[in-house]
Amino acid sequence: MEILMAFVIGILFMTATYLMLSKSLLRIIIGTGLLSHGAHLLILTMGGLKRGTVPLLGEHAEHYTDPLPQALILTAIVISFGVTAFFLVLAYRSYQELGTDNVEDMKGSEQND
Amino acid sequence: MTNLIILPILIPLLTGAVLICLNKRIMAQRVIAVLSSIGTMIAAFFIIQKVHRDGIQSLNMGSWDAPFGITLVSDMFSALLVFTTSIIAFVCLIYSFKSIGEESEKYYYYPVFNFLIVGVNGAFTTGDLFNLFVFFEVMLMSSYVLLVLGGTKIQLRESIKYLLVNIISSALFVIAVAYLYSVVGTLNMAHISERISKISENGMPGILTVIAMMFLIVFGLKGAIFPLFFWMPGSYFAPPAPVLALFGALLTKVGVYSITRTYTLFFYHDIDFTFQILSILSVLSIVVGVIGALAYWDVKKIIIYNIIVAVGVILYGVSVLNPNSLTGAVYYLVHDMIIKAGLFLLVGILIIITGTSNLKQFSGLMRHYPGLAWTFFIAALALAGIPPLSGFVGKLLIVQGGFEGKSYISAGIVLLSSLLVLFSVMKIFINGFWGQDQTLHGEEKPPVKWLLISPVIMVAISAFYGVNSEVFLPYISQAADTLANPDHYIKAVLKE
Amino acid sequence: MRQPNNMILETALKLLLFFIVLFSIYIFTAGHYYPGGGFIGGLMTAGAIVLLLITYDIKTVQKILPVDYRIVTAIGLLFSIGTSAGALFFNVPFLTHVFTHVEVPVLGDLALHTATIFDLGVYFVVIGVTMTIILTIGEDE
Repeated sequence: MEILMAFVIGILFMTATYLMLSKSLLRIIIGTGLLSHGAHLLILTMGGLKRGTVPLLGEHAEHYTDPLPQALILTAIVISFGVTAFFLVLAYRSYQELGTDNVEDMKGSEQND
Repeated sequence: MTNLIILPILIPLLTGAVLICLNKRIMAQRVIAVLSSIGTMIAAFFIIQKVHRDGIQSLNMGSWDAPFGITLVSDMFSALLVFTTSIIAFVCLIYSFKSIGEESEKYYYYPVFNFLIVGVNGAFTTGDLFNLFVFFEVMLMSSYVLLVLGGTKIQLRESIKYLLVNIISSALFVIAVAYLYSVVGTLNMAHISERISKISENGMPGILTVIAMMFLIVFGLKGAIFPLFFWMPGSYFAPPAPVLALFGALLTKVGVYSITRTYTLFFYHDIDFTFQILSILSVLSIVVGVIGALAYWDVKKIIIYNIIVAVGVILYGVSVLNPNSLTGAVYYLVHDMIIKAGLFLLVGILIIITGTSNLKQFSGLMRHYPGLAWTFFIAALALAGIPPLSGFVGKLLIVQGGFEGKSYISAGIVLLSSLLVLFSVMKIFINGFWGQDQTLHGEEKPPVKWLLISPVIMVAISAFYGVNSEVFLPYISQAADTLANPDHYIKAVLKE
Repeated sequence: MRQPNNMILETALKLLLFFIVLFSIYIFTAGHYYPGGGFIGGLMTAGAIVLLLITYDIKTVQKILPVDYRIVTAIGLLFSIGTSAGALFFNVPFLTHVFTHVEVPVLGDLALHTATIFDLGVYFVVIGVTMTIILTIGEDE
């Protein structure tokens, strides 16, 4: 199962990298979203995958999964939700202001400041 | 009082929340913001006294005991940084009143400002690795907003780059934490350190070296060390002066703090490889920073490249890892936060007066603004480390530590860099303040009295800090002592 | 602009809105011992408001719900910080919560917990932040 997850995470990172290297701002944002998905899955995998139980079943439970990675993922998801939302607003504003969503045109130079 | 060490986080947080409700009333916002930053300063001062008297303070949030819950830890290192942060916040706040503009003030400048302080103070205080990530994000979210506030084209453009770099580094942070968690199974920093020392009894395993490098990349991106500084000159160029001062003085230093903390607490077992790399990168940062500072003819860019130099100097002190160099690094870190804030505020005044940051387009400001000129002169001397100003003591200790550690070439480069740093800032002084008074003919001179208060405070503090260094040294060496002996930290947190 | 012929959505909305909000409140209160809580409860309420926005336009919705979502965020933050900081008055570590069991006539045994107030703050913050973001993009045509 961990091996499979490793492949999934790898593919997510690969796709994210590909998208982030493109010129369109929207693709870059989707890329960052996928990147954080990959990171979240990685936390889950690193905590060790167990199936068929829930995090906490009282003090005398025989099986339980590690609750900490789940708590971390929840936090990380909320944060990446906020950041992605902010990035979207920023991209929209800069599209209005600069008239382009092509990062190639956003290079800073002395002339177009 | 149990909760003393959370006050520098709690007060700005509460203020930020209250100020959102008052966004239309500028005067009320200003008064509350000033009061709260004074409150933070007082609280931070008491924390320093408390830590000095009773040793490291820790607070288990929600009454969950140390390795399980989130712990806040205040040792002397973090207490000093929190105190410096509150001073800088206060000074930048006063400066903002006259320079940031009503539009921004109405558009949640003060709340976001406070949230930034929450993030910075939190990152300095937390004793939990994941919580460090959370406070990093609080700080970064606020910095995104502050960077884009005002909405000029250059700000929007640079914000996108800054945001993208930081999103990637945050993802790497999460990945590094996940790897570390899979190796040691805990997130409490003291507990991690304890587990790592158990694992590395026969030398540090390879996976930990990989994790150490990942942390170096993550924090290096925030702290702008040698290969990872590429985003900084562009992004820091965009925001207005008080925001720039906050960023330059605080944000990169949070990265430096995190590197120092993780490397001295976690990865000190096998110093051959990790600290060697840190040392090489820090020296390269100094070289690159100096080259940038010498090459540019733009006031802002010169000071921004000087941040990279300072980061290099501090991390070099950390990488040598002996008592003298650590003391020097802590001393220099505090010095650099103060003087960078002062310099950026001065540069802000320069830009208000001349309307440009290009050094070739103005000169001879000395005639009309002697106060500004001499403040800048003293700040420049302090930055370069001319005795008796504050940069001197720190650099002296770092270089001394470097010679003790037998790395003569690197210590020599640190020494040489002071000279070139001095040259780069004197370039501003000579070209901008001396010479023909060419910019102001027939134009109205904008009054800068009020704005000048803040940098003068910073420069005065810097001078005081340098001249009375024997007053501060007991505190500084206590901080360095904790860094050199992770056992103290572990004992104080886990209460064994 | 308000769509003139949006009968199906408008009729469905009248029924759905009620259920979504009710369910979000259920999720919020259930979150104490079962999956749920302020975050997803808040998201669901925000979802209901977004459905309202899709059906009508922003101006109409502002008339129905005349709230500034930034203030909602601030109030939520104050709720959460206030609950956590209450610990300061009792000299126990920050974020320490207390709870008690109360016997209520109709509902039976209820666990009253200060963490619920904290979670209520989260609920408001999530609604406020989500709606602020959506309105910021949606506001200009």
